[in-house]
Amino acid sequence: MRYLVFFIFLTAAWSAAAQTGLPPAPYANQQLADPAKEAAASELMEELRCLKCQSQSIADSNAPMAGDMRSQVRERIAAGETPEQIRNWLIDRYGNWVTYDPPVTPMTWPLWIAPIFMLIAAAWLARGRFRRKKDKS
Amino acid sequence: MRRWVLWLPLGLFALFFVAVAVGLMTPKDNIIESKMIGKPMPAFSLPAAIEQRPGLSSNDLVDGKPKLLNIFASWCVPCIAEAPQLLELQQAGAEIHAIASRDTPGDIANFLNRWGNPYSRIGSDATSSVQLELGSSGVPETFVINGKGIIVHQHIGDIRKENVPELLKMLKEAE
Amino acid sequence: MIAEAGLIALWLAAGLALLQFALGAVGVRFGREDYYAAIRPVAVAQGALVAISFLLLIVLFLRSDMSVALVVKNSASVKPLLYKFAGTWGNHEGSMLLWVTVMGMAGACIALFERSLKVKTLVTTLAAQAFISLGFYAFLLVSSNPFERMFPVPPDGQGLNPLLQDPGLAFHPPTLYFGYVGLSVAFSFAVGAMITSDVGPAFARAMRPWVLGAWIFLTLGITAGSYWAYYELGWGGWWFWDPVENASLMPWLAATALLHSVTVLATRDGLRAWTVMLAVVAFSMSMIGTFLVRSGILTSVHAFAVDPERGSFILALLAIYIGGAMALFALRVGTVKEGTRFELVSREGALVANNLLLSAILGIVFVGTLYPLVVEALTNEKLSVGPPYFNLASGPVALILVAIMAVGPLLRWRRDSAKTLLNRISIPIVITAGALFLLVLLTTSMSVLSLLGMALAAGIAVASLAPLWKRNLRRTPLHTYGMVIAHFGIAVALVGMASESSFTEERLVAAKPGDEITLNKWKLKFEAIEPVAGPNWTALEARMTVQYENGNITEIAPQNRMFASAQTQTSEAALLTRWNGQLYVVLGDGDAEGRWQIRTWWKPFVTLIWYGGILVALGGTLALVGRLRRKYLQRKQKEYAELVL
Repeated sequence: MRYLVFFIFLTAAWSAAAQTGLPPAPYANQQLADPAKEAAASELMEELRCLKCQSQSIADSNAPMAGDMRSQVRERIAAGETPEQIRNWLIDRYGNWVTYDPPVTPMTWPLWIAPIFMLIAAAWLARGRFRRKKDKS
Repeated sequence: MRRWVLWLPLGLFALFFVAVAVGLMTPKDNIIESKMIGKPMPAFSLPAAIEQRPGLSSNDLVDGKPKLLNIFASWCVPCIAEAPQLLELQQAGAEIHAIASRDTPGDIANFLNRWGNPYSRIGSDATSSVQLELGSSGVPETFVINGKGIIVHQHIGDIRKENVPELLKMLKEAE
Repeated sequence: MIAEAGLIALWLAAGLALLQFALGAVGVRFGREDYYAAIRPVAVAQGALVAISFLLLIVLFLRSDMSVALVVKNSASVKPLLYKFAGTWGNHEGSMLLWVTVMGMAGACIALFERSLKVKTLVTTLAAQAFISLGFYAFLLVSSNPFERMFPVPPDGQGLNPLLQDPGLAFHPPTLYFGYVGLSVAFSFAVGAMITSDVGPAFARAMRPWVLGAWIFLTLGITAGSYWAYYELGWGGWWFWDPVENASLMPWLAATALLHSVTVLATRDGLRAWTVMLAVVAFSMSMIGTFLVRSGILTSVHAFAVDPERGSFILALLAIYIGGAMALFALRVGTVKEGTRFELVSREGALVANNLLLSAILGIVFVGTLYPLVVEALTNEKLSVGPPYFNLASGPVALILVAIMAVGPLLRWRRDSAKTLLNRISIPIVITAGALFLLVLLTTSMSVLSLLGMALAAGIAVASLAPLWKRNLRRTPLHTYGMVIAHFGIAVALVGMASESSFTEERLVAAKPGDEITLNKWKLKFEAIEPVAGPNWTALEARMTVQYENGNITEIAPQNRMFASAQTQTSEAALLTRWNGQLYVVLGDGDAEGRWQIRTWWKPFVTLIWYGGILVALGGTLALVGRLRRKYLQRKQKEYAELVL
């Protein structure tokens, strides 16, 4: 049985063993020269989920695979693809799991309706708490 | 306030309870399966990873004969574990192509000298770009590809003894 | 023999908790009022015994007694004293013992100091408190005995997880536990009041200090946790809507709502059923949070070494407590009159809106956190719900909420007119509009949410101080100051959040010693890379000198630390704080050509996020002190009046 230890940040405490003999992909840790493109890439990288980690965006992860994904994102942005095209390209390969921004599909309708539903429920609950106009007197 | 509303919190809590109890009982995996199964192989072309074997491009996978595509690396421990099974598959007549993930020619050569070389082609994927194209999320992984170049199966993790007949059967069915 | 003594104390405390529950239950059920007198001393004795048990566990850790399994697994004799101490609760068993200890001591405090509540309600409350404790005692004694011995005795322990060896984290979990336990007391009060149908201002006033106390600890716990994750994880994020982060936010949201509704109940005798429900929900959220974190049912970056078996135990406790309380609510709340109705434009009206919006945010966070689990159970598809969803879904609601927060304190109780209100908030509105105009004019990189957040924060900062306007500052009650400071703190935190998300600049470089890096107005020089050694780690350290504009040159040294005992590596970011922001530098891996990955950020005004959190907690503390002092003075006055008569 494993004993519970608080907040083992597995990802920060990555294993010391070497994972690969090669340096990371060219744009894994290198920013794009164009600040606007870099900003678009970095916004997307923060919304893509690292495949090898517990729960981290590829922007935050030290895993080599996340570095390769960052490089792909930057290269594709530099080549003129839009962030949405890249996101969809990854969703086609890994499913909705790969994006932290759940796409609107029948499966996620309840999720996206939830906030509106909550507000309506709140208004309905509040309705009983306030005096009606007539008993103001 | 209507009576049933008062039972609503308990109802919602019961729903929560059922959801997490089910979640707790079903074993958890962190395996992300590729969504490319049933789809044609994406186009790619990789240089040779070692001198003794040619490189790999997507055209090599569309010659009418079903194949295994193994993704491996010399720095990957489970890849050592599955090496005997890959040799067994090759001896049983399976054609196995490989993608070496983020690896150097010297390391790959050492790895194959030591653990055997079941591969007819090895492409070097230095930046995981083909792995990403395939929807693969790690090493080792093995894809079954039919003669028309359609991906029919993805095996995640090392191939165990019991997987060998399954994979051979799939290759036969993929003809 | 210390371990055995601790275990005996624990068994005795459990026995007393059972007695405490039985006395209360039988006494209230059969109207045996002679039992009432006995329950107070029993509660005090239970609190004392469990505290002794916990103290003995601390002693075992401080002495590095390697014959105790828990010490072996979570400590080592060479560890600094602070971490031996913190190691006591840095594990499952110890933290559970800490939880039940605080709960026992809270029960003892109620027994000793609570005098204004009806005796019957008090007795029921203490019985409920004992009932909750019993579950934790059972958990400890049956499956998680912290005092278990180990044979043969190993020469040394396995050490505490390296990431826990940080002063911030040594005190983050207990802070949250104090909050959770405070909410458990509020829960017990709610159960007591439901059983005796005694939901009124006296109940609200008895419960309020506990809610306030819990809320202060939760605020501090989340603030500290956020800062800790920010500097320790090494990517400069302060909130990622991770399941574990959400698990700590949900009780805070519920407690914040409860804190405000309890004020309505105490002052205006309204929101009776609602307040009781919130008390139940607030404690539910702390139990659910504990469950989510320890069962490992959701994937988190803050991955506890989780254990589904323990998860089931907590889930069972959860079902008994929360299911029971909610059934009780459905059965008993019919007997509680609804209380006064309100005018829409009134202090009560604003507080109702506050409650509903906080609950809506709580609902959104709850649904978003659990949705992937439900989808996977139903369809076997994996889904991720992260920052884009939570920001979009809860951000606008939160902005409306803080706008109401600015207005609420300026409204009169009972009835107010919309016209005079508009008059009172004209200045904050002008400030907000002006700030919005300036921001749109001068900045380019801000998202709509940050833009509105920053502009609103400017207005709120002014509006939150308005309750002190034209008042005699020396006669203003302390709890009013508390409210003002807490609301001001929210505005401060909001500025920090909007600024961090809009104006952060990042520079990634592969640098050789001697290279210079420029980032905003910073000049960084990479001087050298050197190995350094600590008590139980070795590290590679990048020596850098940094300079802001033409200011002083300062040295910083980010590290890559390797811990020998656990074979793990951590990245120690170097942070340099100025009044207008923080420089954040992380050392990455080196390459074959002798270049090192260096990641740098300049985060303007990021520290305001946590200063805001501290202000909020400070405001809560002032309110708590003010309320307790007033309660004390009122009691003295009453006693004096009785004496004179």
